[in-house]
Amino acid sequence: MIPEIGRFCLYLALGLSIVQMAAGFAGPLRASPRIMALSQSAAFGQFLFVAVAFAILVRLFATSDFSVMVVAANSHTTKPLFYKIAATWGHHEGSMLLWVLVLALFGAAIAYFGRSMPDTFRARVLGVQGLIGVFFLLFIIFTSNPFVRLFPVPLEGEGFNPLLQDPGIVSHPPMLYLGYVGFSTAFSFAVAALIEGPAGGLWVRYARPWILAAWICLTIGITLGSLWAYSVLGWGGWWFWDPVENASLMPWLLGTALVHSALVVERRFSLERWTLLLSILTFSMSLLGTFVVRSGILTSVHAFAVDPARGTFILIILILATGGGLALYGLRAPGLPSGRVFGLFSREGSLVLNNILLVTITGTVFLGTFYPLFIELSGKDKISVGVPYYALTFVPLAAPLLLAMVIGPLLLWRKDSARGWAARIGPGVFLAFSVLILTGAATHGRNLLLAVWLGLATWLIVGAVLILVRRARIGQAPFADSLKLARALPMATWGAIIAHLGIGLLVCGLGGATTAKEEGVALLGPGQSTAFIGRQLTLKDISTGKGPNFEYVRARIDAVAPDGDVIHLTPERRFYPERQSETTKASVRETPLGNLYVALGDQVTDGRWTVRFYSHPLAIWIWLGGFVMALGGVLALVGNRTQSGPRSGDSAAEVRAGSRPAPAPAAAGAEGVA
Amino acid sequence: MTLSRKMLLAASLAPLLVFGVLAVVLYFGLQQDPSTLPSVLIGKPAPTFALGPVRAGDTGFSRDDIRGKVVLVNVWGSWCGACKMEHPYLMELAAGGAPIYGVDWKDDPADGAKTLKMMGDPYVKVGNDQAGRLSLDLGVTGAPETFLIDRTGRIRYKQIGPITPEVWRGTLAPMIAKLEQGQ
Repeated sequence: MIPEIGRFCLYLALGLSIVQMAAGFAGPLRASPRIMALSQSAAFGQFLFVAVAFAILVRLFATSDFSVMVVAANSHTTKPLFYKIAATWGHHEGSMLLWVLVLALFGAAIAYFGRSMPDTFRARVLGVQGLIGVFFLLFIIFTSNPFVRLFPVPLEGEGFNPLLQDPGIVSHPPMLYLGYVGFSTAFSFAVAALIEGPAGGLWVRYARPWILAAWICLTIGITLGSLWAYSVLGWGGWWFWDPVENASLMPWLLGTALVHSALVVERRFSLERWTLLLSILTFSMSLLGTFVVRSGILTSVHAFAVDPARGTFILIILILATGGGLALYGLRAPGLPSGRVFGLFSREGSLVLNNILLVTITGTVFLGTFYPLFIELSGKDKISVGVPYYALTFVPLAAPLLLAMVIGPLLLWRKDSARGWAARIGPGVFLAFSVLILTGAATHGRNLLLAVWLGLATWLIVGAVLILVRRARIGQAPFADSLKLARALPMATWGAIIAHLGIGLLVCGLGGATTAKEEGVALLGPGQSTAFIGRQLTLKDISTGKGPNFEYVRARIDAVAPDGDVIHLTPERRFYPERQSETTKASVRETPLGNLYVALGDQVTDGRWTVRFYSHPLAIWIWLGGFVMALGGVLALVGNRTQSGPRSGDSAAEVRAGSRPAPAPAAAGAEGVA
Repeated sequence: MTLSRKMLLAASLAPLLVFGVLAVVLYFGLQQDPSTLPSVLIGKPAPTFALGPVRAGDTGFSRDDIRGKVVLVNVWGSWCGACKMEHPYLMELAAGGAPIYGVDWKDDPADGAKTLKMMGDPYVKVGNDQAGRLSLDLGVTGAPETFLIDRTGRIRYKQIGPITPEVWRGTLAPMIAKLEQGQ
């Protein structure tokens, strides 16, 4: 009976999403506040019923109701409750329900928090959001219904992919979806703005918090995924350029470009057309990612069960949404007013460069991901794209971006002079080269690549600090004044400082872990040792035991440094009888300076064990950098919400410097909305 | 920054046109879903080949090594993430006696040898195909891919993507058992 209630909730949610869409579009046309209010109520209702359906699915998994097909196929009675519940979204049907849950959540949140928007605009945003909901609820009901029953009812489920039995599954997919699907808001706001006509960039002010929220979640989601892969796959990799990873990276890259171009629209009324286009493209990348993962069109380690009908369905959604959005853009964009003119050597100019580079990088990732498909279709040579391709394309494009992201925030809006600018970045250049030379000398010139990476990281970190130095006039004004200025800095500026700092930390981690890593392998019996990165590694003993639904072999390994410091490591191999498969549970000692990573391999015929060791210097900063970036986003989001009054975005320092933009022509903005 | 009206219209419609082309490509791509598309070589004899060794001092891998046997030929590379995911399972299958042969594809033999040293060697024999000639003849679209070849040297099945326990139990193991009994 309970699964049928879940199914019924999905039908009701579909009905309400249709109401939300219809009322959202019809309300503004008829200028009827009642119809527009209906769209809001429908958004709440849609969220409620999707949430109930989701809760029911969680319950079915928690109670191991094997009369439901997806539970029987993806769960097992011996699993710990924690992982039974997490299995709810560990397969195609359940994860699509999570997808729609997040979509409905954003719709309801816009209906609730969007009170500062004009009613007609909010109704149209909800209309578009409702339309996406209609598409995806139809998709679930017709091709991926999680509440389908199974008869005869099996006594036991088929178990769950053991690789997914990790705390990562609880946090990674939900965060990733909040980001991925959260970009639907960018799409909805852009399309609503295109329908309303020239809005003087006002739509960006309303959309920015939502775009930021999605960006924050996606940043955290990708970081968590990378951390998960690192600990679970047993060979110390943290990024694979797998099609599915690329599918989440592409919306992140475009979303990052969008967060920056939105800034230009908001502050300077330039780049509005471009930002509209970017908003549509960002969500299109999310849709494309969903398509790639669910259709099985590309070979990936993450692939779900493949069904061509599902692929076709999502392709139709992609064509309708992206095609419709781009067609509307093509019709409306030429009629939008051209933005204010700015010099190339200015803050706007640097943000344009940021956008060009980010979009180009997205293009190369896109090409790398789909190249095998293009080649296959053209029927010529067969080629697979791996790490070498990305090393050749991604890095040369990322380098200028990272160099420019220090320069940009230190430029004035509208127009800047080379002399004033050179004085501002001087300390960054000096410190970056100092670190480069010091690292080069410390490694006796043997690892120049590491020196370049660390120099770049310093450049970024110093660059972030320089924003603060400049805004708070540190060193130019008395200290007390600087402190006051720093306190008065808008949260958004702090957000930018922290986010840029996060990139610096990330680069530091990537540099250390890619250019200075070491790996070793040894055959060890109990009591035997081997030397690795200056430590003596000894296999103390091997023990076996039982976990909740697995059997394990655990090695105790002590890594002793010459100064007597001991690191205890306990790598495991686990065997899951439910799926007859083995996993590796690596043991990692993480310190700010580097990780020592040990994985247990096979037992060879003479009774000894293969043990693999990896040293990843600075690796921890890869993930900490990701989280710091997200924290910067959070600060910007908080700033955005607390400063939603009259346009007061520019810092006091800039007002004094005389670069404050002309007051916002609020009336011009309101015209289009009315 | 001031564009003529016509240019502006063209620029505004360009994204739609580009997307249109992409949509057509994706549509045809879906028809050719790589994991359901059988290799054109299925049922045909495997090409003759003689690959050099991955590890210095090995004998490499040639067509003669698998004459008269039912074998799996696994295409991999040290640069391929999915192959590393598949690797532990291949080790398990090899320990259970599965006849797996390896083709190290588009890879520097030194890198391939390092991977085998670090992660173990599941292959009866393994050869290096740095130039990608054999893989081209086999119609490899990406790594990992695994070919099932029968006693007469005919390709009977092509697995695209990693061999998982499901694939092994559901498809490969029954096919191998049948081929070994049948002929």
